[in-house]
Amino acid sequence: MTTATPQQATSPVPPRPEPARKKRRRVDMRQYGILAALAVIILLFQVLTGGRLLYPGNVSNLIQQNAYVLILAIGMVIVIIAGHIDLSVGSIVATVGAVAALSMNNWGLPWGAAVALSLLVGALIGAWQGFWVAFVGIPAFIVTLAGMLVFRGVALVLLTGGTISGLPRAFNSIGSGTLPATGTPDLITLGIGALASLALVVQQLKGRTDLRRLNLPRERTVSFVLKIVIAVVAIMYLCYLLAYNRGTPIILVILATLVLLYSFLLSRTVFGRHVYAMGGNLYAAMMSGVKTKWVNFFIFVNMGFLAGLAGVVSTARAGSAVASAGQSFELDAIAAVFIGGAAVQGGVGTVVGAVIGGLVMGVLNQGLSILSVDAAWQQVIKGLVLLLAVAFDVYSKRRGGR
Amino acid sequence: MSDVILRMDEIVKEFNGIRALDGVSVGVERGEVHAICGENGAGKSTLMKVLSGVYPHGSFDGTITLDGKPVAYGSINDSERDGVVIIHQELALSPYLSIAENIFLGNEVQRGGVIDWNRTNLLATELLTRVGLQENPATKVLELGVGKQQLVEIAKALSKDVKLLILDEPTAALNDDDSAHLLGLIEQLRTQGITSIIISHKLKEIRAIADTVTVIRDGRTIESFRVTDSDDIETRIIRAMVGRPLDHQFPPREPDIGEEKFRVEDWTVHHPIDVDRVVVDRASFSVRAGEIVGFAGLMGAGRTELAMSIFGRSYGSGISGRVYKDGKEIQTRTVGEAIRSGIAYVTEDRKRYGLNLIGSITVNVSAAALGRLARLGIIDRNREYAVADDYRKQMNIKTPSVSSVVGTLSGGNQQKVVLSKWIYSGPDVLILDEPTRGIDVGAKYEIYGIINEMAAQGKAVIVISSELPELIGLSDRIYTIAEGKLTGELDRAHASQEELMRHMTAARNTGVQAS
Repeated sequence: MTTATPQQATSPVPPRPEPARKKRRRVDMRQYGILAALAVIILLFQVLTGGRLLYPGNVSNLIQQNAYVLILAIGMVIVIIAGHIDLSVGSIVATVGAVAALSMNNWGLPWGAAVALSLLVGALIGAWQGFWVAFVGIPAFIVTLAGMLVFRGVALVLLTGGTISGLPRAFNSIGSGTLPATGTPDLITLGIGALASLALVVQQLKGRTDLRRLNLPRERTVSFVLKIVIAVVAIMYLCYLLAYNRGTPIILVILATLVLLYSFLLSRTVFGRHVYAMGGNLYAAMMSGVKTKWVNFFIFVNMGFLAGLAGVVSTARAGSAVASAGQSFELDAIAAVFIGGAAVQGGVGTVVGAVIGGLVMGVLNQGLSILSVDAAWQQVIKGLVLLLAVAFDVYSKRRGGR
Repeated sequence: MSDVILRMDEIVKEFNGIRALDGVSVGVERGEVHAICGENGAGKSTLMKVLSGVYPHGSFDGTITLDGKPVAYGSINDSERDGVVIIHQELALSPYLSIAENIFLGNEVQRGGVIDWNRTNLLATELLTRVGLQENPATKVLELGVGKQQLVEIAKALSKDVKLLILDEPTAALNDDDSAHLLGLIEQLRTQGITSIIISHKLKEIRAIADTVTVIRDGRTIESFRVTDSDDIETRIIRAMVGRPLDHQFPPREPDIGEEKFRVEDWTVHHPIDVDRVVVDRASFSVRAGEIVGFAGLMGAGRTELAMSIFGRSYGSGISGRVYKDGKEIQTRTVGEAIRSGIAYVTEDRKRYGLNLIGSITVNVSAAALGRLARLGIIDRNREYAVADDYRKQMNIKTPSVSSVVGTLSGGNQQKVVLSKWIYSGPDVLILDEPTRGIDVGAKYEIYGIINEMAAQGKAVIVISSELPELIGLSDRIYTIAEGKLTGELDRAHASQEELMRHMTAARNTGVQAS
């Protein structure tokens, strides 16, 4: 109980306030807030399910079953930062799933070509919607509401109301397979975990060195180290769980790649900067020479592409294509993005936030299923979580004075 | 001796410690047309908002007496109940409702919540006849031009048994015919016993219809006098409007003016929606390297429209004319093209058009020149930070760090961020639209210093400003613009506020140019 030392900084929350840096700290608070919420929800269900939530098999399932939300949330967060919305992604998932199944089972395409075709179809659908939003100037809400109806219909037409199953095993393994494993525990998975941890540490240290060199405000060493330690522990624990199941799910590799790629896209590239600029102040972006129409167009092309990927993944996971696939996926994705701290007015949001938001939804799904909570009540709970998350965000922003 | 309908005494109104009105007094006689004049920002509109209850009783000091009785309006509804109706510069009609619905909006002809449409339309027709508007009352307002919408506003005022009608720059957006009709209507209402207060910049208008004029400057009443037909009325108004001593200091500067850098010829711009209306009319001007050229014009004269249309056609339709830089014709069809051609435009409204208020200083500074910081589409964020931090020091932007969110900065510091952004885009021609609006005196001085520095680097600098002392203090040469036309060109030695104001208020067809 030594409390008098001025250096004391043992709490895991960010460093103590310097008045001048208040703003910065608040932003961090929001980021950490989501993470903390995820941790609380995991712990809660871990207790409620008597430890079953984090059974190796369940963790693997959680990832594979919720991959679609995460993939869609990555596209959706870009759409929402730019100040739009996309209601059509669930229907695109169904249409693309139908195209994938048909191309393999009816048109005889090899699975690789079928995947490529599916992604292309997704991107083309995105281009169609992007055209109306960007160049005709119709609000995305309307365009994608139309798309929601149109592509649900197209999926029904393609599948003539039936189901296509018996898809190639190689294709199905995209959704439910794992990387080759060496046995139990799987050393490859553990190796991947170690490499990922190392990469994380190196990247963080390098970033911090740059900050020091430029004399930019940095986190306190204590919280910086603590953050890395927690991250590494989380990564290794996840890999440990997976190594004792069947190994690394293929979908996890895809997801990790997407998260890295899109985080980079949004935070480091000119394109990403333009997206934020347009969401922050569309007129100022225009008056700074941003080609706002083309940026809008590509945002929707990208959303279509990712919806196509989600279509491939969820079809592979289900092992069959049905016209009712992807029902209400758009709402899951939108919810994930807002739970992840994006602003309804646009201009704010991150890929990592959206993915964490998606994980919150995923853990809720999984935990409630293990507890065999009625599907109807699951909806009620998920709805309330979304409302609370955004209410918290609005409240903390208002307290921030703007 | 005379019948005074309205008396406002010693009105003081503060916003965050800044006095917008500093003891204004106005007396209006029953049945007259009373004009209120003053420069932009003199406090005219604030005064009218005090009168109409937009700023409720208690939020200002001073007394208002209507018909001999002191009044205390808590809202605009209270003042309307007394027959005081204000028609704002921006019309407040609902475009998708019909004329009749708009006239009786909030004041419906009803019984038990059910609208009596027949009576509504009947009454509306009568009111339309009174204002001389021949339209079906069922016509939607969005199908009407601005002139006719103005008449609908007046009809709406008449429906409330108006005694005192306040018109805030009623003809600013109207063409000559519509203006003439509107002024005729005001005359006619006077014969019906309705008193009008009209805020206007247009001196010929005031001379034509006003009985009395009150001039306000810096939140104070300067003088109030009867309008006669003599010529020196306009001179008298102008002198009263501008007659303050120079109250800003300007940093010293030795102009070093070179060859012609930038030239615009026959630039014509039409209104973006009302495409037949000419907003800028065959404007031609030039700026030399190292020269600071001012543009003086009253609100709505077409200054900003001229600048924005040149900068990537950000405003207007049917734009024609030619732009030259260093003697060669350049294209400025999109903002990107204008920036690449070496033009930068610092917008008048920095919050709306200039800044991403939720973004950091860094992302705002780099916003117009990301290409300079990126390779293969990837931004070098360390260099970006270094650039922003450099400007922070150079411009003396007061902030804990360049990661601070721009929305938290003061107006002056925000303006420095905008200036940094455009200077970093590496322009040869820098157009500054109201660069010191809403900025305190200290920051103004700093910004003048930055403007001088840009000229010293050999850039062509254009400054658009409503503050005449500022233009005179900064510029080597000043163009005046009125109703879309360049009406004069004065060099520093010959530019006085009176002279500028004379050109700025010049009527369209009676140009006062030295011929």
